[in-house]
Amino acid sequence: MSELLNIALPKGRLGEKSYAQFDKIGYSCPEVLENNRKLIFENDDLGVRYFWVKPSDVGKYVERGAADIGVVGKDILLEYRPDVYELFDLGMGKCRMVVAGFAGSNKITKRALRVATSFPNIARDYYSKQSREIDIIKLSGSVEIAPLLKMADVIVDIVETGTTLKENNLEALEDIVEISARLIANKVSFKFKNKKIDEIISKLKSGV
Amino acid sequence: MNGFCIESGENAVLKLTNLYEKYGYGKFKMSKFEEYDLYAENKSFLKSENVITFSDLSGKLLALKPDVTLSIVKNVKSSAQMPYKLYYNEKVYRVLRESKDYKEITQVGLEYIGQIDLYTVFEVLSLAVQSLKAVSTSYILDISNLRFINGLLDETPLSAAQREKICELISHRSAHELQAYCSQCDIKTALISKISALSGIYGSFEKALTLARGLVVNKSMSEALTELEKVYELLKGFGMGECVNLDFSIVNDVSYYNGIIFQGFIEGVPAVVLSGGRYDNLLKKLGKDSQAIGFAVYTDILDSYFVSDDPYDIDCVLLYSDNDDAFSVGKAAAAILSKGKSISVQKNIVKDIKAKQYYRIKNREAVEIV
Repeated sequence: MSELLNIALPKGRLGEKSYAQFDKIGYSCPEVLENNRKLIFENDDLGVRYFWVKPSDVGKYVERGAADIGVVGKDILLEYRPDVYELFDLGMGKCRMVVAGFAGSNKITKRALRVATSFPNIARDYYSKQSREIDIIKLSGSVEIAPLLKMADVIVDIVETGTTLKENNLEALEDIVEISARLIANKVSFKFKNKKIDEIISKLKSGV
Repeated sequence: MNGFCIESGENAVLKLTNLYEKYGYGKFKMSKFEEYDLYAENKSFLKSENVITFSDLSGKLLALKPDVTLSIVKNVKSSAQMPYKLYYNEKVYRVLRESKDYKEITQVGLEYIGQIDLYTVFEVLSLAVQSLKAVSTSYILDISNLRFINGLLDETPLSAAQREKICELISHRSAHELQAYCSQCDIKTALISKISALSGIYGSFEKALTLARGLVVNKSMSEALTELEKVYELLKGFGMGECVNLDFSIVNDVSYYNGIIFQGFIEGVPAVVLSGGRYDNLLKKLGKDSQAIGFAVYTDILDSYFVSDDPYDIDCVLLYSDNDDAFSVGKAAAAILSKGKSISVQKNIVKDIKAKQYYRIKNREAVEIV
């Protein structure tokens, strides 16, 4: 039996969509989608092993070699900067990283801008390029509420449809970067399991 | 069982230093501290600007070494004594990316300082391969030539910052990001596709060199390939062709490299364990008129991952009781040791120690128990 290729999938819709892609190109393991308490799913015949992890941890599992490859949003890669190969843009889970807030709230220049976000590194990076002083408020989720309560002037967050923003009278004010799902690989696994990883990439590229 | 073995860090240090001495490299022992000025003046050659500093008794600012090569090059004297063939086994102090904390790292390394020809490059690369072989049964040495990448980027009007960004993307093998980024810069379409193709090249020299040849646009690039090809032919001639790969995505920790660079990996360790290359630039900066090539092995990393194929902790356990006199216990132990076996003398069986054989004292002699 050849060695198993370990694949980390992000829990949630993106992970399910990416599994569908792996399934389509012939790396099936139907158990993955079953609603049970198992954590790790293997298909010995095809030599693959899948597991679900928290989306923001995918980079870490791959960097440390627990997973050979994984699917992760570009937002996570920009925020945590894991030392991995970013091999392919899967073109799924498309959304934008934006600065959002009440109209005009990003124009405040008299004082440091208060920015609420779950992506402090991305926010810091974006504003330091503009030489702006900001006060970062790191939140773990539901950041839209911060400007409503006047805790922050703006937020830096992911926007897919913009519905949540609109319903709260907020709007996207500046685009920071386009986000989509990427296939990443551990740098050492890429070398020792090169044939298998290459095969997956070329199949994903051609979609068959 | 994984099918591969990795030596422990301590064993690795012994094996490596023996290897380098066999090839006539002399030991270079350094003092623990270095004047801080050396690092302040050569910041660009350090991976990180974080250095542990303190004042000595006269108020002079000293540092705990973050790097060994700088200290070696600084102490290189007249070119009359060249070439220098040195190895070292030192502790360096660096901030690790993940922990954001200072860490003491054991580095075993080798430096050649002097005029460099094809044989020298081959010798150092083959010692790098042998170093990997000494610490693991499954290993790969990735080789690149910075002149190839620089040759290609020289065709573009990029600023230093843009070049750095592109090199970072190449190191992530991110063809799609390279396409997107280069399109924003003022680069000809034909070059963009070459740059992104370069990031995808990986594999055996035979396969990869053919692909790389398709990207050549100037003399410096074709010379870089010729150099790689010659080195590869030599390594192949000495049975090392299978364990080296061509990989333009490798970027080494420190920025003083030029020309041929390389990184070593071993199966089961998710990090670079060996890293090195040509560093003529550093010599020039420190005012030495010469060339240099070398590498370092990070033996600490091995300790976190080492896998032994030996399921036993020790050869023999010798059990004794209060009735046995100390002299006969000592004599029984000596008898076993004299057969070249390791021994742990215990009063009771210790569960955590797995031994091949167990002995007990009977009539003042060691008798094996089954």
